Amino acid sequence: MTWQPVVGLEIHVQLKTRTKMFCRCANGFGGGENTQTCPVCLALPGALPVPNRIALEWTLKLGLALGCEIPKRAVFARKNYFYPDSPKGYQISQYDLPSCVNGRMLVPSSAGDHEVGIVRAHLEEDAAKTVHVGGRTGRIGGAEHSLVDFNRVGTPLVEIVTGPDIHSSEDARRFLQLLRQTIVELGISDAEMEKGTLRVDANVSVRPAGSAELRTRCELKNMNSFRFVAQGIDAEVARQIAVYEAGGEVVQETYDFDASSGALTARRSKEEADDYRYFPEPDLVPVEPPAELVERLRGELPELPSVRIRRLERELDLDRALVLVTGGLDRLYEATVAAGAEPLPVANLIANRLATSAGDAVDASQLALLVGARDRIPRAVLDDALSHIDEPGFEAAPYLAQEAVSDTGELEPVIARIIDANPGQVAAYRGGKEGLLGFFVGQVLKETGGKANARVVSELVRERLGA
Amino acid sequence: MGVSSVSSVVDTLRLTAEEAAGLVERKEVTGAELHRAYLDAAAERDPELHCYLRLVDEPNGDGVPVALKDVISTHGIETTAGSKILAGYVPQFDSTVAARCKAAGLPIIGKTNTDEFAMGSSTENSAYGPTRNPWDPERVPGGSGGGSAAAVSAGLAPWALGSDTGGSIKQPSALCGNVGLRPTYGTVSRYGIVAFASSLDQVGPVAKNVRDCALLYSLIAGRDERDSTTVELPEPVRLPEGEDLSGLRIGVPKELNEAEGIEPGVTTAVQNAIELARSLGAEVGECELPRSVEYGLACYYLIAPAEASSNLARYDGVRYGLRVDGESYREMVERTRDVGFGDEPKRRIMLGTYALSAGYFDAFYGQAQKVRTVIAREHAAAFERFDVLVSPTSPTVAFKLGEKAANPLAMYLSDLLTIPSCMAGLPGLNVPCGLSEGLPVGLQLIGPQFSENTLFRTGHALEQAIGFDPVPERLR
Amino acid sequence: MAITREEVLHVAKLARLELSGDEVERLTLELGAILEAVGKVAELDLDDVPPTSHPLELVNAWREDEPYDSLGLDAVFANAPQREDDLFRVPPTT
Repeated sequence: MTWQPVVGLEIHVQLKTRTKMFCRCANGFGGGENTQTCPVCLALPGALPVPNRIALEWTLKLGLALGCEIPKRAVFARKNYFYPDSPKGYQISQYDLPSCVNGRMLVPSSAGDHEVGIVRAHLEEDAAKTVHVGGRTGRIGGAEHSLVDFNRVGTPLVEIVTGPDIHSSEDARRFLQLLRQTIVELGISDAEMEKGTLRVDANVSVRPAGSAELRTRCELKNMNSFRFVAQGIDAEVARQIAVYEAGGEVVQETYDFDASSGALTARRSKEEADDYRYFPEPDLVPVEPPAELVERLRGELPELPSVRIRRLERELDLDRALVLVTGGLDRLYEATVAAGAEPLPVANLIANRLATSAGDAVDASQLALLVGARDRIPRAVLDDALSHIDEPGFEAAPYLAQEAVSDTGELEPVIARIIDANPGQVAAYRGGKEGLLGFFVGQVLKETGGKANARVVSELVRERLGA
Repeated sequence: MGVSSVSSVVDTLRLTAEEAAGLVERKEVTGAELHRAYLDAAAERDPELHCYLRLVDEPNGDGVPVALKDVISTHGIETTAGSKILAGYVPQFDSTVAARCKAAGLPIIGKTNTDEFAMGSSTENSAYGPTRNPWDPERVPGGSGGGSAAAVSAGLAPWALGSDTGGSIKQPSALCGNVGLRPTYGTVSRYGIVAFASSLDQVGPVAKNVRDCALLYSLIAGRDERDSTTVELPEPVRLPEGEDLSGLRIGVPKELNEAEGIEPGVTTAVQNAIELARSLGAEVGECELPRSVEYGLACYYLIAPAEASSNLARYDGVRYGLRVDGESYREMVERTRDVGFGDEPKRRIMLGTYALSAGYFDAFYGQAQKVRTVIAREHAAAFERFDVLVSPTSPTVAFKLGEKAANPLAMYLSDLLTIPSCMAGLPGLNVPCGLSEGLPVGLQLIGPQFSENTLFRTGHALEQAIGFDPVPERLR
Repeated sequence: MAITREEVLHVAKLARLELSGDEVERLTLELGAILEAVGKVAELDLDDVPPTSHPLELVNAWREDEPYDSLGLDAVFANAPQREDDLFRVPPTT
C-alpha cells in the first residue's frame, strides 16, 4: 500500500515590539537575568495586564497577509496551569475568539499552487525560561533543582495553526520558508528558529493514498531548524507506516525529535489529562478592531512572497524564483532587470554572489551596469565590485573603466608562452581532452593578473591548439 | 501644642474627615498630631477590637490619615490580605489607590483586618484572628472589610478604604453603623489590589458620613492606565448638600425587601427611612427584581470562586510569600498551598476549579454568566422607572462571633441583598438608618452605573433627616 | 447535586492543594451542599441569553508600545523564598 503523509503545523512567532504584551518592560534579549521584569511579569499580588496596541495591530497584519478574516470581536482567555514558567498560574491567550481565522497561504510548487489553510492566528504571551540544574546528566530527569528567569515571560507571541493540508516534508519546509519570509517582510519578527523567535510543532499522521480520512496524529516538538522539521516529519511518517504495516495502531503521543541521532522520544504522559479550565480573562476587555484600522493595515501589506514567486516564475524557473524570494532578493532582481539587465544572468549573479542581507542596500541601476559588463571586465574586478556594491554611494563606473585586455597583439605572446611551457597538456588536449581548454585560459588569466578578457583568450587558445 | 490639648480638639470618635482637614488647614493641629491622636485611640481600643493588622507610626503626608484594607498593596508596608500565605510579603510598589491617597497628602495610618483574600462576611476568616464589632465586641463587624468598618466606627481612623466583591464594603458598614460606598465597577483602579474576583472587585471608601465618603471617592476614582477595566468618571463628584429629595424616584424592590431571613427590626428601620424619603419629597414606588434575588447568590457563588481559583493560582511559593519545601516543585506547591490557605479560600478554590473544569463549564460557569445578563437586564428595567432602589443592606444586624462560622451556606446568605447589584456592576451606598436591638441597621441605596452623585445626594438627605449617631453607644 | 470523594481528589490535584484526609471528607460534604445550592442556576432556560463576562461594555482598552523602567533586582528578589544568583530557585520540576 502507498501511504500519504498528513501534516498540520503550529507555529509560534515572537513579535519584536519594544515592550512586552501586557506590561511596559523592554521586550527582547539583552538584559541580565530577571532585569526585564516588573510586578506584571512576576505576577505580584494586584498586578494587572494592559495590552500592547502594536502587538494587536501586528497580529492583525500577519492575519491579513495570511488571507485571514478578522472577526468583529476577539477575546483573551486564561489558560490555567501550574508550572514555574507560568507566574500567574495561567497564560493569557486568545482562545475561542481569536483575532484571525480562516486564511490560506498559496505555496507554489512544480505541480501548481498548493493551498495550505490557516485555521487561525491568535495572540498570546510567552512563558518564562526554566533551567534545570544538578543531577548526573544535567537533564530534567536528574535535576536537583530548577532556576527561573522571568525576562521572557510576557513576550508577545502569535500562534498560527494550519489545516492538515501538507503532504510531504518538502512541502512543509517550503511553506515554512514562505511563511518566515512573509513575517520578516512585515517587520514584526526576526523569526529565527535558532533563537527561538520562531518555533514549529508538527502534527503528523498518515493515511492510505487516495483516502480522505484523518487518522490518529502525533505531535512533534523541539525541532529548531526547517531542516530538522523536515527530518522529523520524515522519521515520524516512516514510524507510523511501519506501525500500520505491522498490523498495529498509532497511539496519540507527543515526541521530541533529536536531530543528531534522528530519534523520536515520546514524552512522559502526564498524571492527569490536561484540563486548562479556559475562561474569559476578566482583567481585560474584548478587542473589536475598527474597520478603518483593518483597512489601513491591509493597505500597508507588501506584495506577498507567493505572488512574487509566481510572477518571477514567468521569466525564471521555480527554483530560482524561490531562492530569490525566500532570500529576500527578488525586489533587487526585478529592479535590476527593469534597469535593463538580462533576467537570467541577474538572477544567477544575485542568487550566487550576494548575501541576503545585501538586498536592500544595493542600487539596482549600478548592479545592472555590472551585469551588462560582466564579460568585458576582468573577473577580479567584478569580484571586487560585488564586494563593495552594498556600500553607500557605490558607483559601477570606475570598475567598468577597467576593461579586460582583448587586444590579440598583447595576448598572443602570453598564450604562446603558456603553450610552450605545458607540452603534456597540449598533447592531451589534441588527443581529445577538450576540457583542458579551461586550464589554458586559467593560466593566461593568472599570467595577466586577471585582466585578460576570458572570452577572447578562450577563442585564441582554441584557434592556436586546433591549428 | 501638647498631647492633652490635641485630644481636647481631636475627638476621634466624632471628628469627621472634613472637620479634621479643617483643623489642619487652620493650623489648629498638625498632620502629625492628628495621626498621633488616631494611633493613641488605636493603642487604647484596638487590643480589644483588632481592627488593624499593622499600624504606621510615622505619617507620610500632612493631611487626614487613612486606613487601608490589607488587600491594598502599599510600598514598603507588609500586605497579607489576611492570609498566612502572604505573611511577611512587603510590596515593592504602590497600588494606584494607595498612590492617589499619598498624592492627595493622606498618610496611611495602618492596614486593616480582612477575611482571608476578602472571602467572608464576618472577618472571622482572617488568618490573624477576628475583628470585633465596636457596638458589641461579642459580635462580628461584618466582612470581609470588618477591619476598615470597625476602625472608622471606633474612632481609630477618620476614614478608610475597603474592597467589595459581593458586599464586603456595604455589609460591614451596615453592621458597624457607618457609610460605605461600593462604586460603579470600573471607576476605581484595581491595580495593586490583591485580587479575589476580577470582574466584581471594587475599592471604595468607608466613612462617618456621606460627605466624607464622597470626598474620599473623589480622590481615588477615575481611569488608570494600569487597569484596562477602568473608565473616567462621566461627571465630577459633587459633595452633597441639603435635605431635599423632590423629583427623586425611589424604587422599592419587593424581593430585596421581603426576602426570607430579614429581621423584623431591620425591616422596620428601613421602612421608616423610606417614609422619611417620601416626606423629603421623593416619589416612592414598588418594583420587582425576581430572578436577581432568587438566582443572584447562586450566580455569585459560581462566578466569584471560578475567578478566585485562577487569581489565587499565583500563590505557589516560587516568587514571594510562604514556601513549604518539598522534594519536587509540585510537592512544594501543593504543600505551600495546603498550609498557606485557610478553609474558606480552599473551599472557594475547589468550588471554582470544579465549576470551570471540563464537563462542568457550561452547566455552571457558562450558565452563571447568562444569569448575570438576566440580573443586569432586570436592574436596567427597574432604572427606567426609578433613580434609586432601596432595601436593607444586610438581612440581619451584627451576629455573634462563631454563630455562622461552622456553616458556610448560612454565612453566604449575609450577602443575599448586596450581591445582585454587584453582579450588574452597579454602585451601592450603605447609610445607617437606625438601631435594632441596640445594633445598627443599614439602608442600601442602589443606582445605575455612574450614579454616585445621586446616591450621595439621597444618602446625605436621609442621613440628615434620620440623625443617626454613628458613635457606638458603649463608647459615647 | 452531590460530589464524590474521587471528584474532590481530582479537583484538589487540578488546584494543587494537598488535602489531608479529614479535609477531603469535610470538603466532600460542604461542596456537595454548596453545589446543590448553586446548581439552582440550571433551572433557568437561558438558551437565547448571551453571557456577561464583564459588567461594563468596554472594548479596545490598550496602551502604546512605550517602555518603562523594570523593577530592578533588589525589588525583584525582595520577597523571594529562594534566590540563586539572579534567578528564582525551586525544587526540581519532575
